[in-house]
Amino acid sequence: MIDLSIDCGGIKSPNPFWLASAPPSNSAYQNCKAFEQGWGGTVWKTIGEPVMNVCNRYGSIDYNGQKIAGLNNIELISDRPIEINMKEIAETKKLWPDRAVVVSLMVESKKESWHDIVKRTIDTGADGIELNYGCPHGMSERGMGSAVGQVPEYCKMITEWVTEISTIPVLVKLTPNVSNIVMPARAAKAAKASGISLINTINSIMGIDLNTLKIKPSVAGKSSHGGFAGPAVKPIALHMVSQVALDKEVKLPISGIGGISNWQDALEFILLGASSVQVCTAVMHYGFRIVKDMIEGLTFWMEEKGFHSLDEVRGKALPQIDDFGNFNLLHKTVARIDQAKCIHCNLCYIACEDGAHQCIDLIPENGHTKTIVRESDCVGCDLCSIVCPVEGCISMVRLDDGKEQKTWNELTNDFKNEGKELTWENLGEFQKKYGIVIH
Amino acid sequence: MNNLAAKLSPEQYENNFAEIHPPFSHNSAVAEANRCLYCYDSPCTKACPTHIDIPAFIKKIASGNLLGSAKTILESNWSALTCAKACPVQVLCEGACVYNDKEEPAIQIGRLQRFAIDNYFKSGMPKLFSPKEKNGKSVGVIGSGPAGLACAAELSLLGYKVTIYEANKIPGGLNTWGIAPYKTRQADSLKEVELVKSFGVEIKTEILVGKTISFEKLSKTHDAVFIGIGLGESTNLKIPGEELNGVVNAIDFIEEVKKEKWDSVKVGKRVAVIGAGNTSIDAATESKRLGADEVMILYRRSREEMSAYDFEFELAKNDGVIFHFLTAPKRIIGNSSVEGIECTKMKLGEPDEKGKRKPIEIPGSEFVMPVDMVIKAIGQSAKTKFLNSITGLQVENGRVVVNPDNYQTGNEKVFAGGDCINGGKEVVNAAYDGKMAAHGIDGYLNKTAL
Repeated sequence: MIDLSIDCGGIKSPNPFWLASAPPSNSAYQNCKAFEQGWGGTVWKTIGEPVMNVCNRYGSIDYNGQKIAGLNNIELISDRPIEINMKEIAETKKLWPDRAVVVSLMVESKKESWHDIVKRTIDTGADGIELNYGCPHGMSERGMGSAVGQVPEYCKMITEWVTEISTIPVLVKLTPNVSNIVMPARAAKAAKASGISLINTINSIMGIDLNTLKIKPSVAGKSSHGGFAGPAVKPIALHMVSQVALDKEVKLPISGIGGISNWQDALEFILLGASSVQVCTAVMHYGFRIVKDMIEGLTFWMEEKGFHSLDEVRGKALPQIDDFGNFNLLHKTVARIDQAKCIHCNLCYIACEDGAHQCIDLIPENGHTKTIVRESDCVGCDLCSIVCPVEGCISMVRLDDGKEQKTWNELTNDFKNEGKELTWENLGEFQKKYGIVIH
Repeated sequence: MNNLAAKLSPEQYENNFAEIHPPFSHNSAVAEANRCLYCYDSPCTKACPTHIDIPAFIKKIASGNLLGSAKTILESNWSALTCAKACPVQVLCEGACVYNDKEEPAIQIGRLQRFAIDNYFKSGMPKLFSPKEKNGKSVGVIGSGPAGLACAAELSLLGYKVTIYEANKIPGGLNTWGIAPYKTRQADSLKEVELVKSFGVEIKTEILVGKTISFEKLSKTHDAVFIGIGLGESTNLKIPGEELNGVVNAIDFIEEVKKEKWDSVKVGKRVAVIGAGNTSIDAATESKRLGADEVMILYRRSREEMSAYDFEFELAKNDGVIFHFLTAPKRIIGNSSVEGIECTKMKLGEPDEKGKRKPIEIPGSEFVMPVDMVIKAIGQSAKTKFLNSITGLQVENGRVVVNPDNYQTGNEKVFAGGDCINGGKEVVNAAYDGKMAAHGIDGYLNKTAL
């Protein structure tokens, strides 16, 4: 029996899939509909200060004919009064006692305002609070959202106002628009937050219509930076999640966010330490129904890999993350092309020739051109196998036996011990000893 | 003719001759263009007889550079619209697409090419090419088919004054007159003609060289001559009854259909098409689409020896054309009009010197099929009489002999290309010949200038 249930900083849900605080979690109607489809939790769209939205709110980039590789928005927090939201939250929670109902909050930076809204939130019966320190547009200009997330001291101060009175778990949602994501996470930890949600959206301009010269999105001819989300941001989010997960001070449960469209994306966040994952753009594109595949796909994967609960999976990939200086310089791989599978598109050739290290030859054969790797020159960069459109045609074959190891840190340490300077000559000597040829 | 096929309604005709490969919408073209892997040194480009840089023009569609896409195509092929619609892409570019090896559908190169070229003509043929300054030399081109047009276009861009002599009233040769209307219409071919004319090429129509004007005179008027006259008459069956009313040759029939005055084309209720090449398929499917009840193709060899492409065979079968293989016509029966055709069953003997198995009559196997019309489609012969009148020009096996490097004939100022040198191939081959011959002519005239 596979158990998908999770506990993220004291907030429990039957599966790790939560709606992110965003347009899909705007109302009781939407959240209840999502729960019917199987979502394990929701982070109610941020409620707080009075706001008014504009048209248009979204911009997207398509990639090679695929819609929404990334989506940005200039939509603000909930534009519905606090009373209505609180009433709907209470009703929703009553209807769905087993699901996680987390409420995202954002009010002006005054202790009383925070105390007031936190109390009212607790009164709804919600399972947790998420502090929106991420919103990069519209709210930040008013001293809220990412204006808080970007200054660890503010982050700590406001979080303390909340945690000092909250009886339910408090997650702090971080903005990625900082130089080091760990700092605001540590501030949240110091202020006794229960967990960290990340990432919020990334500052962005989505593009320009080359016919009208209008920037996307355009509000009656004016535009601004917006928050970038969707599949394209996933690698950035994965990196930031891993940084927070690995930090020795933070040590808090993580709710992972950023470009999660399916169970595979979700798993990657979980493998890097996330307890729950939050989804927005994919739902905005395809609707709540996508969760069915997420639950099923994750379950089948766990069955296949022999895992029983997500506790066994969480953070499993983290130990691999290390400093470049600890990588084995003597690890050697070369590309090998399976001629039987090759379709002769020659993309590996041109990628290597123009974009890498010129070690694939194009040899005419039977009216085709055969691509052959000169293994002695191959640096094992992997570009050819990345561009190859045929699965399993180019593989990176390991040549070293793994017995010998010399990392950069070890090497430079050796130099130090031997009284050698780090020079090209000394480096060349080391390379020569191990038959490493640089072209 | 006895028993004419019943006339159809104008809608039925249009429906029957509607395009079999409809154009891409903008979105679908971009989606398809994005599927292209952008191969390096690509097999599709090699498979195209004119060597269009296919991945380059496709990626330009994807990037929204449609004008650049059209330019890439036209640089290699002046019959770009006709080829996009009528090329046997399955055996050329699309057949070579690497996706075939991946067991995924090949990129629809023909339709993408059409998308780019359609857009070019729709935008009013914006200027993409600048002819060089006139060099004072002139070239006469005989025939305005794909070979002649390509030769003329290329030469005019090189700075030559070019005059095309066309026997027909409407130029374009087989592009205008010889392609099934569900593939291309006259208007398509005429767009290509207009493009070539925009480079300053003069087209004199209704001039039959050898009759309206002598070849000698024409040859004296110009510094060089290109012959792109295609082939001549359909080959006769040489069987009794061939003179009967209702026996027509495929080329004339197809030309009649190309006028797009569907209800004035005479077609019988029951039609027998003799021969199984791609022209036979056109004649058969067109008969069917004009309303013939029963259309059959008679071929004295078997399916394996048939020269029609597989996809043409499928097209004809889908149209309800019945194939009688190993069946040879012996005589056409009728008083003044065709009433039937007597055939004999054949079997295949040993391969002949060309490797084709020889059909042998099975004695006593004669049988008669009632038909109202017989279309002869067993090939075309060369215009030998005209060709033989040209001093120095050699004709072998019905083909004008040229130097494959520069398309020069035995007469040094006469060059040739297209069906008259290859015995009848695709439009794309003719377009390539014409282009290459232009450079052959340029080389010849530049050399003589030195």
